[in-house]
Amino acid sequence: MNINYRLLLLAFPLLAFFSSCSEYAATKSGPQALSGATDAASRTYVPPGSYDEFYLFTSGGFSGQVGVYGLPSGRLFRYIPVFSVDPEKAYGFAEETKPLLNTSHGFIPWDDAHHPKISQTDGIADGRWLFINGNNTPRIARIDLTTFETVETIEVPLSGGNHSSPYLTQGTEYVIAGTRFSVPIPQTDASSKDFADKFKGTLSFIKVDPKTGEMKIHFQVLMPGFDYDLSASGKGVSHGWTFFTSYNTEQQGTLKEIEASQNDKDYVVAINWQKAAELVDGGAGEDMPVTYYHNLMDESTQTAKSEVIKTVKVLDPSKHKGFVYFLPTPKSPHGMDVDPSGEYIVAGGKLSADLAVHSFSKMLKAIENKAIETEVYGIPVLKYEEVLGGTVKQGGLGPLHTEFDDAGNGYTSYFISSEIVKWKVGTWEVLDRIPTYYSIGHLCVPGGDTRKPWGKYVIALNKITKDRYLPTGPELTQSAQLYDITGEKMKLLLDFPTIGEPHYAQAIPANILMDKSKKVYRLDENNHPHVTKSEDQAKVVRKGNEVHVYMTTIRSHFTPDNIEGVKVGDEVYFHVTNLEQDWDVPHGFAVLGAQNSELLIMPGVTRTLKWEPKFVGNFPMYCTDFCSALHQEMQGYVRVSPAGSNTPIKYWTGVDNAPL
Amino acid sequence: MKIKNNLLLLTALISGGLFLNGCSSGEQSAQNQTKTTSLSSGSEEEEEEESEKKAETESAGAIDWKNNKGLGPVRSVSLGETVDQAMADAGAVIYKEKCTACHKADKRFIGPAPKGIFERRTPEWIMNMILNPEQMVKEDPIAKQLLIDYNLSPMANQNLTEDEARKVLEYFRTL
Repeated sequence: MNINYRLLLLAFPLLAFFSSCSEYAATKSGPQALSGATDAASRTYVPPGSYDEFYLFTSGGFSGQVGVYGLPSGRLFRYIPVFSVDPEKAYGFAEETKPLLNTSHGFIPWDDAHHPKISQTDGIADGRWLFINGNNTPRIARIDLTTFETVETIEVPLSGGNHSSPYLTQGTEYVIAGTRFSVPIPQTDASSKDFADKFKGTLSFIKVDPKTGEMKIHFQVLMPGFDYDLSASGKGVSHGWTFFTSYNTEQQGTLKEIEASQNDKDYVVAINWQKAAELVDGGAGEDMPVTYYHNLMDESTQTAKSEVIKTVKVLDPSKHKGFVYFLPTPKSPHGMDVDPSGEYIVAGGKLSADLAVHSFSKMLKAIENKAIETEVYGIPVLKYEEVLGGTVKQGGLGPLHTEFDDAGNGYTSYFISSEIVKWKVGTWEVLDRIPTYYSIGHLCVPGGDTRKPWGKYVIALNKITKDRYLPTGPELTQSAQLYDITGEKMKLLLDFPTIGEPHYAQAIPANILMDKSKKVYRLDENNHPHVTKSEDQAKVVRKGNEVHVYMTTIRSHFTPDNIEGVKVGDEVYFHVTNLEQDWDVPHGFAVLGAQNSELLIMPGVTRTLKWEPKFVGNFPMYCTDFCSALHQEMQGYVRVSPAGSNTPIKYWTGVDNAPL
Repeated sequence: MKIKNNLLLLTALISGGLFLNGCSSGEQSAQNQTKTTSLSSGSEEEEEEESEKKAETESAGAIDWKNNKGLGPVRSVSLGETVDQAMADAGAVIYKEKCTACHKADKRFIGPAPKGIFERRTPEWIMNMILNPEQMVKEDPIAKQLLIDYNLSPMANQNLTEDEARKVLEYFRTL
């Protein structure tokens, strides 16, 4: 009520603004200016000091990060580094976080992050964790949604282009990761001219510990060398199954633009994972030698550790029948989405105008009646007519992804015709359409992939921005758009720029997350091996050419803030503990000439920066994060003596404590 | 966020001076109005050894403290006749971990020394200053003046529980 009143107040000056600027707007703004702008402004206006209604987590696409926004305002709160190093937060630079980026290919400081997925309980978003895939060097990461920090990464072996990932089962029993680009399995020195013979795909089922969220690969299903593009797990009636779209059933390794677009139909892959898990637990499958990394942040020691795993269980469906089926599906299907009831399996045939919807109950019947068209690589292909539940006809061009509201409607993105189409589940009738600016990829309804959507908004995650914002040279901002879907007609409310490509996004009501947000790390629970819990424990210790500085921060000084006895050629490790126990009081730490980054240290946390001084001198260090009125005084010095000199290790804070 | 807070704080402090002179904020500050701008140590005797204490008594000390329980969750504290040693020992451990970065027991440091604090502050004021420093430095006349006396170095909220603060208070009785 209160808000509405304020909005009215806001609307008046805006009206004035728009009428007085209309001439300017007509000539200078983009060609698609918003009509009913004041109404849209009132729907997205969150007064200063008020909170948004939803959190929105967008993948950063090829920035390798996750963006955290508020809806309906579109305000950016934070970005979370996941697969890309971040010098601001020292992610991948602080010694404690480096292991999270370890892989069998070494330390990888970047990846292409595509699909954030919020953990679910009983098919409803629960907001405990956010999973996201690294596409290039196949990995899955887990973000803790109490801290908004990446706490785990696991490499996916026998995969290439980890795209149909990470799709969750309705109870977060499994995180599912499929390969988009098939590869020789096992990896060998093979030519892609032998694609059909030697290249295979894997679909991985990674078990999630229900208490800790920790991931462990249970098994991989060995598939023909197609491209497995996207995935969705069953829910409700179809819980226990997972579906994947596939393309390149032509099995070509070159000019896929043409060569992989030959077949009229490719397949939706249906996997009964409950049955597969039973087979594996009963001893089926082959242990294949591999090397992959599993990296986990230990909450107690605040330090990530890497584990190298050397074997993976692989299940071949041509040898173990009855848990994998192919459902023929038109024209290189891309998006894979299941409606809230679990009955309808929607495949976005991206080179088509129609949207094919398979029926889960018909599929079960087809399996029971052996309505099998043929077998491909030993996998039964069910008859198209026997599994098809319906078709959304001529919705637009190039259907990609579908999410659902809580009123029985589907919302499908159409990339080529650049629009969102609303249609009725069951009747397949097109109800409404609205343009997007431009070239929408994924879309997101809060909870729109779960059993319980909050059908208030749909967010368009666009590929092209073109003329929507002030130009910034050849590279334009990435952009998303917010639409109201509470009425019969969809309404565009807001364009908002995003950090990184908003490849996919998920939203969740703010009240599920905000009260669980962590404020400080408790100092008495800090078991970091190099913690300094009080200033009298601060010290500097030399071990050969390593110098370990055990340092503390509190507003507004370091202890010690003066260090001597460091020599050129030393490796200096600053182990800095933030003694603060209050919310929003991180301290920063920077030292001149550091070749990595600053440290940004949350209250109660210890972080380590390695510094290798190159020159003799006395170098300043200081706090980078404005902490108090005496922030500029939060500063000190490290004296660096020549290599081989005898300057003894000394350290102090305060004139009284300085050595004679 | 923090910058904004600090600016707010500064503004509050600057206007706080005027505020104290210009108007009364209820019972507590009624008696405080006269001396807030005085920085002279005036009537103090033992110069040398009492220098830390002096720093504090200069201005904040001039404000009536005996009826000031501060602002925060603690309304009344009863101190036992003798020190509860187990409680004080527990308080010493908490004090060392959470407080010594800024407070030395018997000597002015970033903030004032707790030694002899019961001669300057009520037990309730002390606990409220530990538990609710943000409001204290904005609204309590003594805490406001202390912030100025200590170069605007803020009292950190170390998020002690009331029970922990009470233990620290008991430890202060042993100093």
